[in-house]
Amino acid sequence: MARISDERAARWGYTGVAALRNSKKQLAFMVILVMIALWGYAVGMHGKIVGYRDVYSVTREIPWGMLIAGYIFCVVTSTGLCLVSCVGHVFGYEPYMPIAKRSVFLAIVFMLCGFSIIFFDIENPFRMAIWNVISPNFASNMWWMGTLYGLYLVALCVEYYFLLEQNHSFSRAAGFMGVLFGVAAHSNLGGIFGMLYGRQEWYGPYMPIYFIVSAMMSGGAAIIFFTCLARLINPEILDQKQERAINAVRQLTIMLICVIIFFTIWKVLCGIVVPEKYIAIHAFLIGKYAPLFWIGEVLLGFLIPLVFLTISKGVNYKLMFWGSGLMVIGIFFMRYNLVLEGEVVPGFAGLHVMEYPDLLNYAPSFHEVAIVLAGVSMTIFGFMFGEKVFNGHQFQKHEVVPAGAFICPGCGGIHYLKEGETHDEAERRHHKLSFRAPK
Amino acid sequence: MDFNKIDLDNLKEESLDSVSGLERRNFLKMGLMITGLFAGGKILSVVSKVDEVFASTVNFAEQYPYKPHYSMVIREGLCIDCQRCMVACHKTNNVPEYGWRTKILEKITPDAIGRKRGFMPILCNQCNNPPCVRACPTRASYKDQRNGIVRIDSKKCIGCKACMLACPYDARYFNEEKHAVDKCDFCYESRLSKGKKLTACAAVCPTGARIFGDISDPNNVVYKMVHQIEREVWVLRPAVGTKPNVFYMKATNPSPWALRRQPDVR
Ligand code: SF4
Ligand code: SF4
Repeated sequence: MARISDERAARWGYTGVAALRNSKKQLAFMVILVMIALWGYAVGMHGKIVGYRDVYSVTREIPWGMLIAGYIFCVVTSTGLCLVSCVGHVFGYEPYMPIAKRSVFLAIVFMLCGFSIIFFDIENPFRMAIWNVISPNFASNMWWMGTLYGLYLVALCVEYYFLLEQNHSFSRAAGFMGVLFGVAAHSNLGGIFGMLYGRQEWYGPYMPIYFIVSAMMSGGAAIIFFTCLARLINPEILDQKQERAINAVRQLTIMLICVIIFFTIWKVLCGIVVPEKYIAIHAFLIGKYAPLFWIGEVLLGFLIPLVFLTISKGVNYKLMFWGSGLMVIGIFFMRYNLVLEGEVVPGFAGLHVMEYPDLLNYAPSFHEVAIVLAGVSMTIFGFMFGEKVFNGHQFQKHEVVPAGAFICPGCGGIHYLKEGETHDEAERRHHKLSFRAPK
Repeated sequence: MDFNKIDLDNLKEESLDSVSGLERRNFLKMGLMITGLFAGGKILSVVSKVDEVFASTVNFAEQYPYKPHYSMVIREGLCIDCQRCMVACHKTNNVPEYGWRTKILEKITPDAIGRKRGFMPILCNQCNNPPCVRACPTRASYKDQRNGIVRIDSKKCIGCKACMLACPYDARYFNEEKHAVDKCDFCYESRLSKGKKLTACAAVCPTGARIFGDISDPNNVVYKMVHQIEREVWVLRPAVGTKPNVFYMKATNPSPWALRRQPDVR
């Protein structure tokens, strides 16, 4: 491992891997997480060797199951983290600036874990590396999604590097590219579903739009959840700026929950009047998949977080922790339901033939659950690792502010003053904010 | 053997029992045909069929995009569910026991008058606007420009199963042995490319329920069966816009021997 010089470590807020040993309890927890992940991936490898057909519950009628839902969950959250955090450090809205470092770091972690899950869904992932490049199908959303997510991950990594370096111009440029690639990739993921003209439940522009908006909602939930969690790990890190940022994210998240509730209501209403869609909608409203919708999506994903986040007023961290935590679980159900709802009604259902029931069954198998668990464990591990090694993603320890510099109230980083400059002007210069502060 | 006129009149009309001859003629005059399946005594919809039925969008002055343009006509009602086609398909194309390229669906209509059971063969429709091909990221699924068959280049298939999700007809499955998605290719690899004229299923069908041929050739039996207005022809799920090349029509009386066995092409 390349050594990081002391000066750079100070700039990065890098406290070294030794910091992992600070708390025995947390270290033990991290070891457990890694073990769960290794176990899950081992189960996945077993599946790969014996053939997925025998160990997954996906069928030819329902070819996409829980693994795709897990993948979507991860990449949706990653895109959301990127989108919400960019409001601050890319588009210059000050209250959001302090969350940038943790969010971008987590966006990378979520992305990698998402890839690790889908690795076990794609039958020949290694062929993908070759043929995606030399035989691209530009009409395929799948191709665009894969390619753009690749670029997105690169942009995130560059962005994170420059955030560490506190080079705001470059991190901002990379962040902007990240937003572009992220939105393009993510709407293409929605497009995979939305452009399937053979599947009534998905077809239409709803999916890509829903994906982007719900990504922001997921991102908000994840930021609140992980910041509350970070506070548990290291209570010192939450300073005033962070508190203000969390409150701002909380308000945005509440609004986005309402938007998604609105989306969902109209999806249901429109689905009820179309016979083909009705079977699926019925199954999720009052049929056999109803608990997934009402408990998973509505209760955990919408109602509890809405109430908890609202009454927390941005100061009650316990409520926010539970609200956002349950919301993250609810969001997983949302993805799961979204994948299932388009598949549970076979294409030939309307013929009423013996071979195709009106409604198909799907419940994840042991292997599928294990792999998703592995991905989730890896995400939490990645988060804890980042908190410890990067000292809670603070920009810099406060004691080491050099002469002629100050701590930026926006991003929390160290900014140097030019001659005759006020703090305010320096901050605007650093963050390339052209407009002048009100006198 | 040359089929100038298919003896459609000898085959008793049974699918439109609930619609009188006069009504039906009126529909035809309006340029409309009755589409949909006989579902529990209900005719499902009445729409203009020109775009839906003919694989080309041009009415009778067809310009089929491929030459030959392989097509199949399934004459529902002749199928007796003997499943010889399925057996032949499994053998010819090495289809594993867990998969299928063609299948016979069974439909029971308890309140129908007279015959209550019907069988309906399904297979890949080799769509002219195939959603599976559009979905495939690596062009492993592609439309063969020589003959319109939707084929799979196994080595390029990454197994993402997007095509399985995209196909409205459940025509695809993942073949573990090939490590690729597999589906009906009108026996292109196993028979047509080796000079045979019929798919395995059409060749073994004892009743002539499956008629295979080149719809772009006016002398071909498939061309003649589709390009007439005396007997309704439909495709499955026309509303999704895939423009299938597998056509369906009704027939219950055994067809003339010549037609049944397609001797000209065997
Ligand atoms: S029937 Fe399905 S697999 Fe065959 S061409 Fe059409 S969409 Fe593709
Ligand atoms: S499973 Fe194979 S053939 Fe189907 S879309 Fe993916 S790469 Fe293409």
